Amino acid sequence: MGVALVEELEAWATAEGIPGLVFDSNYQLNAEDALAVAESRQVVFVDAAKEGPAPFEFRPLAPQKEISFSTHAMPPESVLALADELYGARPPAWILAIRGEVWEPNEPPTAAALSHLAAAREFLQGWLRKPG
Amino acid sequence: MTRKIVIDPVTRVEGHGKVTIHLDDTGNVAQSRLHIVEFRGFERFVQGRPYWEAPVLVQRLCGICPVSHHLAAAKAMDVVVGAGTGDGLTPTAEKIRRLMHYGQIFQSHSLHFFHLASPDLLFGYDADPATRNVIGVALANRELATQAVLMRKYGQEVIAATAGKKIHGTGAIPGGVNKSLTAEERDRLLKGDGGPLNADQMVAWSQGALAFFKDYYKKHKAFIDGFSKFPSNHLCLVRKDGALDLYHGVLRAVDADGKRILDDVDCQDYLRHFREEVKSWSYMKFPYLKKLGPEKGWYRVGPLARLNVADFIPTPLAQKEFEAFKAATGGKPNDMCMLTHWARLIEVLHAAEKMRELLRDPDVLGGDLVVRGQRRPEGVGIIEAPRGTLFHHYAVGDDDLIQMANLIVSTTNNNEPMNRAVHCVATTYMAGQKEITEPMMNAVEVAIRAYDPCLSCATHAYGQMPLEVTLVDAAGAVVARRRRDRT
Repeated sequence: MGVALVEELEAWATAEGIPGLVFDSNYQLNAEDALAVAESRQVVFVDAAKEGPAPFEFRPLAPQKEISFSTHAMPPESVLALADELYGARPPAWILAIRGEVWEPNEPPTAAALSHLAAAREFLQGWLRKPG
Repeated sequence: MTRKIVIDPVTRVEGHGKVTIHLDDTGNVAQSRLHIVEFRGFERFVQGRPYWEAPVLVQRLCGICPVSHHLAAAKAMDVVVGAGTGDGLTPTAEKIRRLMHYGQIFQSHSLHFFHLASPDLLFGYDADPATRNVIGVALANRELATQAVLMRKYGQEVIAATAGKKIHGTGAIPGGVNKSLTAEERDRLLKGDGGPLNADQMVAWSQGALAFFKDYYKKHKAFIDGFSKFPSNHLCLVRKDGALDLYHGVLRAVDADGKRILDDVDCQDYLRHFREEVKSWSYMKFPYLKKLGPEKGWYRVGPLARLNVADFIPTPLAQKEFEAFKAATGGKPNDMCMLTHWARLIEVLHAAEKMRELLRDPDVLGGDLVVRGQRRPEGVGIIEAPRGTLFHHYAVGDDDLIQMANLIVSTTNNNEPMNRAVHCVATTYMAGQKEITEPMMNAVEVAIRAYDPCLSCATHAYGQMPLEVTLVDAAGAVVARRRRDRT
């Protein structure tokens, strides 16, 4: 759902002519994303969530230097910490966690998930329109 | 009476590992097992789908090596659409695919070395995991960390330019590719936009990473040479003249003395030469060479195996490093687990050289992209993925729907070697122990991590699974258990 939302928002921002927004998607966060964070004034991470409130949760994030990651992927807090350490950049950051329901391959999103996605999109469009 | 140690989960490994170590009455290690505890069977999800969807669908197997699955599936479907068996594509199509693949090798190997292995080298295996990570690398060696970020980024940009996008790329299609490079894309990747993201810089930084490792090796030779060292067979694709070729070739294997035990087999004939053993305690299968059987036919794949099997590397700077690597063991196969890192960095340099070579080739701008021929009911696509040999095999019905899929991924090919690696470490560090300490956990992780396994991929499962180590006695009672969760 994270990828879907980013693609929808990119199309919307282009159609609306909203300047200054950069959109990116990947399978998972990694070290090079620290550079993208460092080049940004504000950052919103978007992903589907297995847990947490529906339809979505939007909360601020802080860099987390003491990590114990277990895989090739990095959590957003570690990406923020790497941006701080490598580039001295500490932009305000948030996570938009869209509550998902079914996680099987090739399964389309459920009606509830699509409704969560729509609510998250509406919220983020409003947030992006705000000055600042 | 034996006792058993379990380590769960394996950190900095893609997926979930559970290690069980059985001790005998005298406290010696009797048996060690790396269990894979989740299975979701990806092959069944592609059954019933149109064959042309496979190169896109299979990328969902793994967030680390999606390009390898994309290309292996496309190669199999090349056969299905009658585009030859690896040598029938147009020059543009083959070179674009190779560029995509070397971009993937470059970014994946760079990630492994800088992100996962370099913290161990910089801080030592006994360091606190809270600081023994990429953030710690950034604090201790900013230049190394900055280069790592940009090398990853460069590889990702090569992939995006050749696959169409970074995620769910569609560049490789049955019989060819759906895009070549524009002159602007080629120039940006070759020369950069005035910054360091250019092909020459990637070659220079790859040489720097090799120098970093070789300096470390010089200072820690006894440890590196002795850590988890055991003899094995080695398997990979090689070009028909014996050159290292990560995209296409024939299957070759050598034994621990370097004697050829699989002699340049055509990929389409793999089923005649390979079998997979199933064991009740793991969802991950155990592949082996049929003629040698499961006890003697298991083999390693990946960077160490490739440099043990190939006769030479067809790029000059990597070839020079290859000669030094081979000289270290007098030309015999290298069975030192930790020197996989050396081999991996030589491949990083090779990938950087290959990308530069391909970007200078006018064929990557060409417009002849697809070949079609006589439709066939089956196809096999084999590629050297970053972690080793990756097999994709499909049967497609007259209705164009996939009837059968069989995937043997790199980490599965390394299943027996990873179990042997854990056993080596357990024998050294855990004999006679009644508790599992952090250094013991780290030693197990370091041994497994040298293979850069992707357990999600190997179980054909999604997502991330958390290393657990359990120590069990002869009666089956758990003596100790230690778990390290992902945070």
